[in-house]
Amino acid sequence: MDRKELLELQKFATQIRIETVKQVGIRGFGHLGGALSIADALAVLYGKVMNIRPDDPKWADRDVMVCSKGHAGPAVYSTLALKGYFPMEMLETLNQPGTKLPSHCDRNLTPGVDMTTGSLGQGVSTALGMALAQKLDNKDSKTYLFIGDGECNEGQVWEGAMFAHQHKLGNLVAFVDDNGKQLDGYTKDVMDVGNIAAKFESFGWDATTIDGHDIEAIVDAIEAALKVTDKPSCIVLKTVKGKGVKDLEDMMLNHHVRIDDDFTNKGLAELEEVMAGIEKELANV
Amino acid sequence: MFKVIYNGEIEAKAHKDVFGNTLAELAAEDKDVVYLDADLMNSSGTYKFWKENPTRAINCGISEANMMGVAAGLSAMGKKPFAHTFGPFASRRCFDQVFLSIAYAKNNVRIYGSDAGVTAAFNGGTHMPFEDMALMRAIPHATVIDVADGVELAAVLKQSKDREGLTYIRSTRKNNYQIYDPSSEFEIGKGNIIRDGKDATIIACGIMVGESMKAADMLAEKGLDVRVVDMFTVKPVDAELVKKCAEETGAIVTAENHNIVGGLGDAVSAVLLEECPVPLKKVGVNDEFGQVGPQDYLQEVYGLTAENVAKTVEEIIASKG
Ligand SMILES: Cc1ncc(C[n+]2csc(CCOP(=O)(O)OP(=O)(O)O)c2C)c(N)n1
Repeated sequence: MDRKELLELQKFATQIRIETVKQVGIRGFGHLGGALSIADALAVLYGKVMNIRPDDPKWADRDVMVCSKGHAGPAVYSTLALKGYFPMEMLETLNQPGTKLPSHCDRNLTPGVDMTTGSLGQGVSTALGMALAQKLDNKDSKTYLFIGDGECNEGQVWEGAMFAHQHKLGNLVAFVDDNGKQLDGYTKDVMDVGNIAAKFESFGWDATTIDGHDIEAIVDAIEAALKVTDKPSCIVLKTVKGKGVKDLEDMMLNHHVRIDDDFTNKGLAELEEVMAGIEKELANV
Repeated sequence: MFKVIYNGEIEAKAHKDVFGNTLAELAAEDKDVVYLDADLMNSSGTYKFWKENPTRAINCGISEANMMGVAAGLSAMGKKPFAHTFGPFASRRCFDQVFLSIAYAKNNVRIYGSDAGVTAAFNGGTHMPFEDMALMRAIPHATVIDVADGVELAAVLKQSKDREGLTYIRSTRKNNYQIYDPSSEFEIGKGNIIRDGKDATIIACGIMVGESMKAADMLAEKGLDVRVVDMFTVKPVDAELVKKCAEETGAIVTAENHNIVGGLGDAVSAVLLEECPVPLKKVGVNDEFGQVGPQDYLQEVYGLTAENVAKTVEEIIASKG
């Protein structure tokens, strides 16, 4: 990947963060921590990897994405709006009466959202069904899946892990957002999920662990995963819950937060500064 | 005895604080009380209790089915488990474990499902239980409760501590209209006449109790004298009281923050049909899924308002002729 492409993807990730903070900021509360931690992986998927048509969201041969940690909806909505699935202004309607952008992802409301999620664990199985359908139809398309590290507490995740191996879902790439936290705090204090990659490996998956905020590492890991076609792949993203907004990163219980204008503006200023740095570099390549 | 202090104001204390404080009290008074949660302690007012009492509060992580099985095992060994998660995850996400390991195996477990119905508000459709009472009612011998305010929540939590079998309690995590004076006492299985009247009876539970009191005030201005019953125990429903209200007022409107399929309305109408048929209308969610939005907006959308209750009462009184 050349420098320019890398910078473009970093820019996309930063835009996703900015729009996500704005969305939640307008409402004053939301699941901001776990939305910000997956922004980089979303940027790589939608900015480079996925075969999609934003003007035809239901295109039958598209790659699909299931955000099983459905509460990260706002990050997904930012990504889709920036890709042109719907107007940017729609982002202002998060959780408003009659909105098409609810807290948790809903395939019947939002253009570009491929599956309804929110009850943790359930998105995993639905992604397996989608990947299986692609395989049964001999399609080249892929299924991408986001799972929370806390979500891995659900037995359904591991029922799915067995299934995906049994049915050789080589077209499935699952990301586990290992931000080390769930709702009640650190996963190691609530329900220690241990070595996630080793667990998936022991279920017969191809698994790797990378820095989930390193765009290049994400690109490389996905490319490697796509070469594995006889079994499912798991990419464990080591991330920071609330990534990009210092006050949020430092907050211990940062799952569902109330934020005021000062908090939002400070966070946006930090992200705008990152953005300015990227733009400056981009101008020079 | 209970004392009604309803005056249209919202209660001071959020139910999550009532829950946290009551659990701490129960745990202090009875060494066998154990509290289980599925990664929602910081959402339900018990985070501090967990941090201070790590052996009395057991965080099960996001594993509701496992949690219900663990609760059953604790009960089998003589503990008194209280398990909490949001209503949908406390009912449909783990239904077979609740049915078999808890109820069928005759273990004694109290389940608290918070964010009842539209009170799930901004968490939206996936988190909005309109069917939890229907599911729990379908379990033999289960006790199913939808509380009207925090005073009642504290009381039923305390009473359920030594209750046999499965007790399911639902409520908001936030604040409802205040209904009862804190000195009030309640009996599980007995409905409360919280406002007397002779033209019709509104039988309500949960957030609809306050709405029904408001509706009765609105109707009084039109010269209609309407009784309001807080039927917080939806199962076993107080059949004697239902019959008495039917006989004395001749018409019944039920009001619930739940699907009209399988909830309070069905429980009351079953009694009426067999014992004392009088006109009945149900106010509740008309077989719809939940959706995201502010609670007051959702109450409008689904007709869970004092205005709709009042309108329905007027209709039924007119139909009595
Ligand atoms: C079945 C189910 N149980 C509980 C919840 C409530 N809940 C929403 S998010 C969350 C914590 C999720 O932690 P994790 O998967 O690590 O997500 P992240 O930290 O990345 O946001 C909980 C308990 C839910 N949505 N679904």
